[in-house]
Amino acid sequence: MRFKSSGVSGKALVGIGLVATSVLATPAFAQATPTPVLNSGDTAWMLTATMLVLLMTIPGLALFYGGMVRAKNLLSVLMQCFAITAMVTVLWLIYGYSIAFSTQGMQAHVTNLHSIIGGLDRIMLSGLKPDTLYQTVPEAVFVMFQLTFAIITPALIIGAFAERMKFSALLWFSGLWLTLVYLPMAHMVWSGPGSLLGDLGVLDFAGGTVVHINAGIAGLVACLVIGKRRGYPHTPMPPHNLAYTVVGASLLWLGWFGFNAGSAVAANGSAGMAMLVTQIATAAAALGWLAAEWLTHGRPSVLGIVSGAVAGLVAVTPAAGTAGPGGALVLGAAAGVLCFFTATKLKHKLGYDDSLDVFGVHAVAGILGGILTGPLAAPVLGGFGTVTELGTQLWIQTKGVMFTIVWSTVLSYVILKLIDLTLGLRVDDEQEQVGLDLSLHEEKAYNLS
Amino acid sequence: MKWITAIIKPFTLDDVRQALTEVGISGMTVTEVKGFGRQHGHTELYRGAEYVVDFLPKLKLEIAVADEQLEHAIEAISTAARTGKIGDGKIFVSELEQAIRIRTQEVDADAL
Repeated sequence: MRFKSSGVSGKALVGIGLVATSVLATPAFAQATPTPVLNSGDTAWMLTATMLVLLMTIPGLALFYGGMVRAKNLLSVLMQCFAITAMVTVLWLIYGYSIAFSTQGMQAHVTNLHSIIGGLDRIMLSGLKPDTLYQTVPEAVFVMFQLTFAIITPALIIGAFAERMKFSALLWFSGLWLTLVYLPMAHMVWSGPGSLLGDLGVLDFAGGTVVHINAGIAGLVACLVIGKRRGYPHTPMPPHNLAYTVVGASLLWLGWFGFNAGSAVAANGSAGMAMLVTQIATAAAALGWLAAEWLTHGRPSVLGIVSGAVAGLVAVTPAAGTAGPGGALVLGAAAGVLCFFTATKLKHKLGYDDSLDVFGVHAVAGILGGILTGPLAAPVLGGFGTVTELGTQLWIQTKGVMFTIVWSTVLSYVILKLIDLTLGLRVDDEQEQVGLDLSLHEEKAYNLS
Repeated sequence: MKWITAIIKPFTLDDVRQALTEVGISGMTVTEVKGFGRQHGHTELYRGAEYVVDFLPKLKLEIAVADEQLEHAIEAISTAARTGKIGDGKIFVSELEQAIRIRTQEVDADAL
């Protein structure tokens, strides 16, 4: 059966629910006629954006995380990112795209099973041909674009349990988590009319809930279930090469333009504005973290400024389609300062070992951005959405955020416990001591004599 | 003959080598080592995690000298490695019983 790819389903229009039924949709509706026509400009941009988002995971995130672990575990982090990229691609082809984006059985404002998970009519990408369109771009490009989001989300989680998880357990966790947590979540937010959170009116332009809160919460649950690294927090575990981390963060910043501006699924004004507000929020967050750290610890750090930039990128993700430049500035600065405190103070106070701060950065900035996306979409606050009732949209956003937190907490916990009881999540003490590179992969990152 | 073991700050190595060459010392062995004395370590802070680094990187020089060279060698090292700040290092001197150049089988002062 052919996928009904009319303009009203898709990320550009998330949020045409209760609140923003008509006006927000105007630009996309203008392009999306009952018989959509391919636009080569849109297609060229989406081809490019897709490559940029892939660049975020390999090598962007891989290096960002890889630099922060100890030298004996560098390869394990790179391996996990690379393996997730390959595995998610295959699962996406087999059933992932169908469960996330099939619109079978969906109807606006009707809540049924297909409001939560997509049908199986697109299994093995059934019905996909070179001339099949999604809005104004080839559906093949849209499949690829969305695939890169499905890749980075489980890859983000690995930072929470870095340096201690078995590789086999990592593969099972990533596959099951993609299937049971990510795919339904993407469907509930992005599959258009009839989707659970889409119908609720939750604004999430590029994946604040689906990607960042989802992954960040899973990270917190994962580091609690798997336990601390041996010796944490008394044994020093400093980053082994912050230069990798800076290169990785820079690639994330660059690739994020594909993530946010690409989520317009068109080369249009919305994409252009998304790019601008992404840059502004990122810069403000980098400076926010820097300032908070300088004032608190008496000096600015390299790891601090790049962590702040990532917090800003996360926070602006849901807001990129609706916030204005001023809103992005405030949102970014707030995210930088807040994440500084969650990653450096809260974590040590509570004592959990979220090794690379997946929760402290992704979940916290995601929640902040997810909620503030509501008011910042209002023209009165410089936004470009159709929100007039700030409080109402704030509440809708909060509901979306809370739903994501509960969804990810419960399902991630069940998956992790299941794997722990069967396969075991953790390497043994000796393997952890030797390092995962040598003990799991029989390789070393550095053979310097 | 004497055996000089000197612990110095790594960045002073070039100056020390030059000074030793000038007083006629023609060979030495250098090793990268870590340790601490009166200069304790420093702290590093990563996302709020503070680590105290106890052992600081230093260089260990090992030099065999003839008895009459000893004072010159000590002075050369002391001058070149001295910054006046804590952590400049130490010089240890001990007796050296024998020295043999492997290639020629020369012994003692001839082997240095």
